[in-house]
Amino acid sequence: MKKKNSLKILSLCGFVIAVQLLTLVTGTQYFLTQLTMSAYYGLVVIGLGVLMGYAGQISIGHAGFFAIGGYLSAALTTHNLLGVAENPLVKLLDQVGFLAMSQDIYGDQLLTVSPWAACLIAVGAAGLIALVLGVPVLKLKGHYLAMATLGFGTIIYRLLLATPYFGEADGISDVPSFTILPALGSLPPIVISGDFSLRVVNYYVAWGVLIIGMILLLNLIDSRVGRALRSLHSSEEAAEAVGVNTAGFKVGVFVLSAIFAAFAGVFITHYNSGIGPSEASVMKSVRYVALVAVGGMTNLWGMLIMGVSLTFLSLRGVFGSMDDAVFGVILIGVMLFAPNGVLSVREFFVTRKKETAE
Amino acid sequence: MTLDLFFQYLFAGITYGSIYAIVAIGYNIIYNTTGIINFAQGEFVMLGGMIAITLLPLVPLPVAIALAVGITMLIGAVIEILFIRWLESPSVLRLIIITIGISILLREIALHIWGESIRSLPYFYGNEITTFSVGSVHLSPQVLWVIATCSVMVAGLSLFFKFTPTGREMRACSANRTAAILCGISTRNMVTLSFMLSAGLGALAGCVMSPITYTQYDSGTGLAIKGFTVAILGGLGNSMAAVAAGLLLGIIEAFSVSVVPLAFQDAIAITLLLIILFVKPHGIFGSGEAARLKDF
Repeated sequence: MKKKNSLKILSLCGFVIAVQLLTLVTGTQYFLTQLTMSAYYGLVVIGLGVLMGYAGQISIGHAGFFAIGGYLSAALTTHNLLGVAENPLVKLLDQVGFLAMSQDIYGDQLLTVSPWAACLIAVGAAGLIALVLGVPVLKLKGHYLAMATLGFGTIIYRLLLATPYFGEADGISDVPSFTILPALGSLPPIVISGDFSLRVVNYYVAWGVLIIGMILLLNLIDSRVGRALRSLHSSEEAAEAVGVNTAGFKVGVFVLSAIFAAFAGVFITHYNSGIGPSEASVMKSVRYVALVAVGGMTNLWGMLIMGVSLTFLSLRGVFGSMDDAVFGVILIGVMLFAPNGVLSVREFFVTRKKETAE
Repeated sequence: MTLDLFFQYLFAGITYGSIYAIVAIGYNIIYNTTGIINFAQGEFVMLGGMIAITLLPLVPLPVAIALAVGITMLIGAVIEILFIRWLESPSVLRLIIITIGISILLREIALHIWGESIRSLPYFYGNEITTFSVGSVHLSPQVLWVIATCSVMVAGLSLFFKFTPTGREMRACSANRTAAILCGISTRNMVTLSFMLSAGLGALAGCVMSPITYTQYDSGTGLAIKGFTVAILGGLGNSMAAVAAGLLLGIIEAFSVSVVPLAFQDAIAITLLLIILFVKPHGIFGSGEAARLKDF
């Protein structure tokens, strides 16, 4: 990784620790809950950002992938399989060690897929769907691509609303906690759950996941792949002419961003111990696009900062009933006045000046 | 399926199909003069219905509808002037995001003005249970209103584009913008006009359909996707084909009810959209070669 990036990552780590200490000192630890969720949403935003900013492909269906991740892992870890234990598929899952026995609060036996296995299945499914969808969809451009991804998101939303397995309009609740790491020696286990005593651990897990995702993406865009992607954004024909496999790269990034979104969906579902259909709504997808746009299409750090901070404000309810309207205004404002992101407003004025000087 | 039921479904399909066709024509008008897909098209339909419903206690129904169409046209013009007119050669991605933003904004404003309640205009003739019979098929008179409005609109538009100077200027813009400017046509005004025209069409559609489908602050989104499906199905920019495609989608949807649960009805239109986009993105009536020349 470039030295500049390492420094930035380090200062981000420092900032994360500082914020936690600050909440501890000021006794405002309740902020940690929203900060944790913001970090997960930030993961979706940076994943989508690489697709939009670097590969130049818009997707208005990323809430769909987020929901696939969240809903699949919620359904798999919640629905009792004891009644269908003789089903060959369930037996197969049992043999590979994907199932776990537990007791619910009434003392009844529960046979469910274990969270790690469910997580892998959910993320894998999202990646696979992205692959199957991406190959034909990414041949489309501009309006067609926007509408196709919007259509995909809407289908997922409708299916979730109409399928009893996914809880229809109620969504899925009582999702168990997710033990990422079992207790090692004297170290306590690392568990994703909304439990108050685990707030600090979860905060660090969420930001850890976000930072790892950020490092992966930063490395990706500095690599040969990243250069290929940027060439694709500026001119697809030219990129193809110099031998870049444009179709392959586009699909690859699409799948990658879907996997990011699905991971965020899985973690946040375990953290909130539930998920509802609103997570799959078109408005959520549009919101991710807005966050990418406001951060700056080719500025991963900008996306991270704006994505996390705006999501945090929104989760804190700062915008009240104007929540969606705020994101609409942001979307229009950014695209009209600062198409390269808010953090590049300066650029806008500088180029304006140049233009008038000429 | 009995013959009666078949015709009942068929007419339901034609009614919805006409509505989709009108929305699709709205897309096409703006697309033709600007190359923009206006993602806020569905919101114009919602606004038309809502404004007419609000005005109804004050003025008689035809006046309320006329006013609603006028006001929505004005809104369309304002939107174009505020958000689109002054941009210099914006990229497609930027325009998509701006029009999506506009649609959210309009929807949220509607939510704050009219709330979440579901409203509707009264039936233009009779009421919910008034029917007339064609053979053994029972139809609501509103169905005829919808179909008649759609037909008049399509006929009026083709006359407008063929024979009036303004219509010709708009067509010139879509054929070749540079050449149109050289001929002294103010392309910017034409773009504003196209936004007004498609806002007005949308609003009228919103009024005639309101008694059947009801109007709510977020009823535009679903219509926008369906209308776009129809516009693509017919081939972007081709209004006559949009009518055929609209009727086709409406009928497919109506008959799908007898096969799959109602909840999946929307999914059908969208699946159809995806399939068309993958297989024949220039539409079933469009030409692939012409589509390739256009800039997306």
